Amino acid sequence: MKFAIQVNEGPYQHQASDSAYQFTKAALEKGHECFRVFFYHDGVLNGTRLTTPPQDDRNIVNNWVELAEKYDLDLVVCVAAAQRRGIVDEGEAERNGKDATNIAPRFRISGLGQLIEAAIQCDKLVVFGD
Amino acid sequence: MSDLHTVNKSPFEKNSLDTCLRLSKAGSSILLYEDGVYAALAGTSASEKITGALADRKVYVLEPDFRARGLKADRLIEGVEMVDYAGFVDLVDACSKVQAWV
Repeated sequence: MKFAIQVNEGPYQHQASDSAYQFTKAALEKGHECFRVFFYHDGVLNGTRLTTPPQDDRNIVNNWVELAEKYDLDLVVCVAAAQRRGIVDEGEAERNGKDATNIAPRFRISGLGQLIEAAIQCDKLVVFGD
Repeated sequence: MSDLHTVNKSPFEKNSLDTCLRLSKAGSSILLYEDGVYAALAGTSASEKITGALADRKVYVLEPDFRARGLKADRLIEGVEMVDYAGFVDLVDACSKVQAWV
């Protein structure tokens, strides 16, 4: 089965990112396909490589990155939500005159069309968050 | 195939469970996870909602979230089934679509 995942909440504030990660991991381990994980609203905060949780805490961003590396996941951050919250890649830095980038590896910034496409292409869209 | 409804809010905090129960059809499945697991406890002011739903719907609770809140299986409403994340995936696999009540 082909899944799409939507994450609407930031890490550490709400359990949604953890739930989405655990669900995605379990689905991939069962042999299902994950077409795309779309990060929307505060969910875009899952995509900053600058996060530094204490060493004895889980690193949610790194968890996503490692899962993406293992299964070649498409991790997409909503561009409008990212601009509001300061999630920046090189293209966005250039376009908006910013002096730095913070997008985590394996994440990419794109538009809401990517969510719509995922919903059309997949058998199921599973939404996590508020 | 029937729908899967997910509820991730405590019934003592928000009315997501009420909305879910009002709009879900007979034969559908409901998964309680995150703070939604509190609805699966027997002997609370919300228990009757779940026992009522069990008459024509299946109710599941995500075990890792249930246990993470210090809750024990002997406090579960009779008829509610425990699933792990793999079971959550199976529920999504088996349903026609997933509706998240947040």
